[in-house]
Amino acid sequence: MSDKIGVRSLPAGIAGVSVGQIERRVGADEAPALAPNARLRCIGQPTARINGHAKVTGQATYTVDVKLPGMLHARILRSPYPHARILALDTGPAECAPGVRAVHVIEHPIGRAIEIDAAPQSGPAGRELRYVGDPIAAIAAITPAAAQAALERIRIEYQPLPFVIDIEAARKADAPRVFDHTVRTEVFGGPATQLPQHGNVHGPDASASRGDAAAGLAGAEVIVEGEFRTQVQTHCCLEPHALVADWRDEGLTVYISTQFTAGIRAELAAALGLPLARVRVVVDAMGGGFGSKSRIGNDVLAAVALSRAALAPVRLVLARDEEQIDSGNRPATVQHIRAGARRDGTLTAVAIEAYGTAGVALGAGVGNFAQSIYDCRDFSLEQSDVFINAGPGCAMRAPGNVPGAFAYEQIIDELAERLALDPLALRERIDSSPVRREERRIGAERFGWSRRQPPGSAPGVHKRGLGMAQSHWPALVHTNCACEVRILRDGSVEVRSSVQDIGTGIGTVLAQVVAEELGLTPGEIVVRIGDTNFPAGPPSYGSRTTASLTPPARNAAYQALRKLLAAIAPTLDTTPEKLTMRNGRINTADGRHSIDFREAARRLSTEQIGAVASRSDDYGGFGRRTGDFAFARNALGGVQFAEVTVDTETGRVRLERVLAVHDCGRPINPRQIESQVHGGILQGISYALFEERILDAHTGHMLNANLEQYRILRSREAPAIEVHVLENYQGNSATDAYGIAEPAIIATAPAIANAVYNAIGVRMRTLPMTPAAVLSALGRLPQRS
Amino acid sequence: MHAFEWMSPQGIESAARAATTTVAAAMVSERGEPDDEAALLKAGGIDLLDLMKEGLLRPRRLINLRDIAGLERIEEVDGGLRIGPNVTLSQLAAHEQVRMRFRALAEAAGTSASPQIRHLATLGGNLLQRPRCWYLRSRAHHCTRKGGDTCFAFDGENQYHAIFDHKGCAIVHPSTCATALVAFDARLEITGPAGTRRGVSVEDFFLLPEADVHRENTLAAGEIVTAIWLPAPPETARSLHVKHCQTESFDWPLADAAVMLEVADGICRKAAIVLGAAAPAPHRARAAEAALTGQRLGEALIRTAARAALQGAAPLSKNGYKLVIFETLVRRALLAAAAS
Repeated sequence: MSDKIGVRSLPAGIAGVSVGQIERRVGADEAPALAPNARLRCIGQPTARINGHAKVTGQATYTVDVKLPGMLHARILRSPYPHARILALDTGPAECAPGVRAVHVIEHPIGRAIEIDAAPQSGPAGRELRYVGDPIAAIAAITPAAAQAALERIRIEYQPLPFVIDIEAARKADAPRVFDHTVRTEVFGGPATQLPQHGNVHGPDASASRGDAAAGLAGAEVIVEGEFRTQVQTHCCLEPHALVADWRDEGLTVYISTQFTAGIRAELAAALGLPLARVRVVVDAMGGGFGSKSRIGNDVLAAVALSRAALAPVRLVLARDEEQIDSGNRPATVQHIRAGARRDGTLTAVAIEAYGTAGVALGAGVGNFAQSIYDCRDFSLEQSDVFINAGPGCAMRAPGNVPGAFAYEQIIDELAERLALDPLALRERIDSSPVRREERRIGAERFGWSRRQPPGSAPGVHKRGLGMAQSHWPALVHTNCACEVRILRDGSVEVRSSVQDIGTGIGTVLAQVVAEELGLTPGEIVVRIGDTNFPAGPPSYGSRTTASLTPPARNAAYQALRKLLAAIAPTLDTTPEKLTMRNGRINTADGRHSIDFREAARRLSTEQIGAVASRSDDYGGFGRRTGDFAFARNALGGVQFAEVTVDTETGRVRLERVLAVHDCGRPINPRQIESQVHGGILQGISYALFEERILDAHTGHMLNANLEQYRILRSREAPAIEVHVLENYQGNSATDAYGIAEPAIIATAPAIANAVYNAIGVRMRTLPMTPAAVLSALGRLPQRS
Repeated sequence: MHAFEWMSPQGIESAARAATTTVAAAMVSERGEPDDEAALLKAGGIDLLDLMKEGLLRPRRLINLRDIAGLERIEEVDGGLRIGPNVTLSQLAAHEQVRMRFRALAEAAGTSASPQIRHLATLGGNLLQRPRCWYLRSRAHHCTRKGGDTCFAFDGENQYHAIFDHKGCAIVHPSTCATALVAFDARLEITGPAGTRRGVSVEDFFLLPEADVHRENTLAAGEIVTAIWLPAPPETARSLHVKHCQTESFDWPLADAAVMLEVADGICRKAAIVLGAAAPAPHRARAAEAALTGQRLGEALIRTAARAALQGAAPLSKNGYKLVIFETLVRRALLAAAAS
């Protein structure tokens, strides 16, 4: 392959506004410039997902469907206490229980904050359990019932310790300590600095601050201020965490419901001291992850250890209560915001003090949204993690930004009202994104924003309100990412990558991209994904899968086609550069020969040819790069409009309609994008109105560790949803595609909150907006004596 | 879930004789260990299997009532209806006589749970299901109702708990069908192990915690509800059932109410107003009924009655909002019934 650089002229601009051309210097192996979607056959066409039929007919294979010969079943023993020390542990009686094949004690659990200078602990005795559900041991037996029964035979002596489950109580100086020692600060994509820790409060992290917020606020002409509270939301993947671990002498194979096959392989190899080449990770159909299936957890390591000990495959599937308690969650937050502006709307200063709790883990910050979305010179952000005796949080769809936007987009709404500006007009002033400007214009027109009335002015009992809010999310690219395209001698084509389909349809997207390049139809492309035997693909998190993988997929198809042309040119009495491909036919320059793709493949002298391409850098360069991924220069936008009715006599908020306008670079499959935006909006409504983890103060147990009393949006709560997706060309890669998953949820809760304010004239600063909360905000609750 | 034996008798007496105890009694223990020798009656099995999966019940044997012939019929008797206990909620909701003359019951049955559950769940099982209190349903909480000495709701998470009659225990009765049946003065026929029958009004069948904190009704071991009787309502009767949930699909009510009015010449001759999800048993709002009886129906009167429905309410720390919802619900139900 050549590393020559050439100059390409690529489409740039927003379709429907103005699309021009941009000159980019690109490698010679890059596929040629791709026309705007209107001129393409496969890319940009609404395309049914390739495994849709298998899914709706029950034929798709999920990890829970994997059954191997001799497979054992594992269950996990968990702490019944929110805080306790293990004084003694005896697995002996469990080991000789009927059907038991292996017992594994979890001595050093992962997935939580790590104490820096804690005394090393050897053996299970002395280990501190820090939340109800903290895993202690796992058992593999011939049936799930035998494993469950054997758990009860493990003899264990606990010393219960004082505990704290409330974020406010945990901040007090005399609160029970969740960790006795300082924990190691974790930093996402930035330089690590050890933060201070006092009691249960780790932080503050003020690294995102800029300018002088105090001075800016002092000089502001208008100041708005508010305290906002958000709850813990759990991921509620319909498919639980599941794996089958198969340890053999020749290596380890793990079938697992995961968002990142290549990442799980790397983590397992490192944890077990195995070469990468001896670890294989496989997933077929998946039923959601939302961030909770990104990394290995204690369940994965336990199943692997049990398989290794028992010399048999071990299946471990979490029960729904285990899902709710110990598979991650979206941290709760308390955010105090002050924002200052000039009378003309210029945002002069913002100061945010935020506390969040991810239970026994770090990562409850909220800052990314407020620090990035609007122009503001003087900005201060002090965010701290607060430890409580509850299950560890982890990334959940737009981590930090979802609670952050709920607060910040309400403050902006308040500011607009104080300035007597329309919320859209204020954003014209403070939002420099040209993409969101267009999104606001389209959204306002289609939604009928001009119908909006002054807050609280709606007559009657059922009050209608309109609100809007915006999304902002970095456009991420996983640079350690590759794809292979193979052309076989009968004309069939395979695209291969370890990438997993979390449910958003990356396989269909790959088929579209490769088919476009080869002049075929998506149905003619065989998609082989979800297996680390294929070139390592990107994770399905951070809204980066399509952005990362479609450029190498297209380039691999292009390069494979070049090889095909080179191989068959002699059979057409010509040279490869004189062959062109159009509409699935290969033509000689002199027009004397024209053969179709299949006929060309038949002329191969080998069974197959192929090419593997890696993700090249964005043509315009990256904003910044950290490890295996990079931030594109352009961020992702999105604007959502919500229409609600509030029953002021029962407190019920009903979503009537949500209109969403989003951008994701070049849309590849509008049908799947629309589906993903629907998912984001529905999850956002559910977060705004229904979902909340409820812990019991007496015992530290989660009272609603199910899908019955943990309320989640269902079909009758779904409003009318309209999605409009921009084509935003930037001339950045072979496909120019970016992500959509996270922007789709960020704006939803604040758009609803702003609509509720518009309806009732009272601001909802706490989530979820339950009937009790709305009636309380309306001042309708009876006074207690 | 633990293994259990299964028997499916053909007759009521043999089923009754096989039962060793009731579901409620099997869940009562000194230290939180359910009775593992119990033989329990099973109708639809919806709640029973839930309790078994949660480890709150560990029966040795289940006695299936679904194979007993004749318990799944709805018959007209003396102008009223005799409903078999195995009649499903979807059967009930679709039955023409129920829809025409006992609208509140059809509405309560037809909006319960989900369509799948309504096809399986029986009216008998619906009346006998255990409360949804999350402390009762947690193995980690050995509460008063299970034989412990604490009701965790009083100083705990009581947002879904009772606002009336919660002395000693703050559960709410979960059956919306029960709310409707009380409004119609329905009666139960209960058959004992020796084939003896007793009759009891639905209202008297349910118990408050002060009478017995370990069970929600007077059913004894070996007793089976063999029929639900609905007396003929007067021609002028009109009824409806309303409920308010956090979500409209598949949710338990925060509040529900059944109202039944007999109206002649604009005068309310008789009123039944029953609140569900309000108290440990269906709660008859007698002050509200009295406010309406003999009076000319009008909006002001209905507002007064709706306020009177809350007489005696004693909300807990987190459920004061229910008062607002109940007042709204009762007023809206009465206005709709009066207008129909």
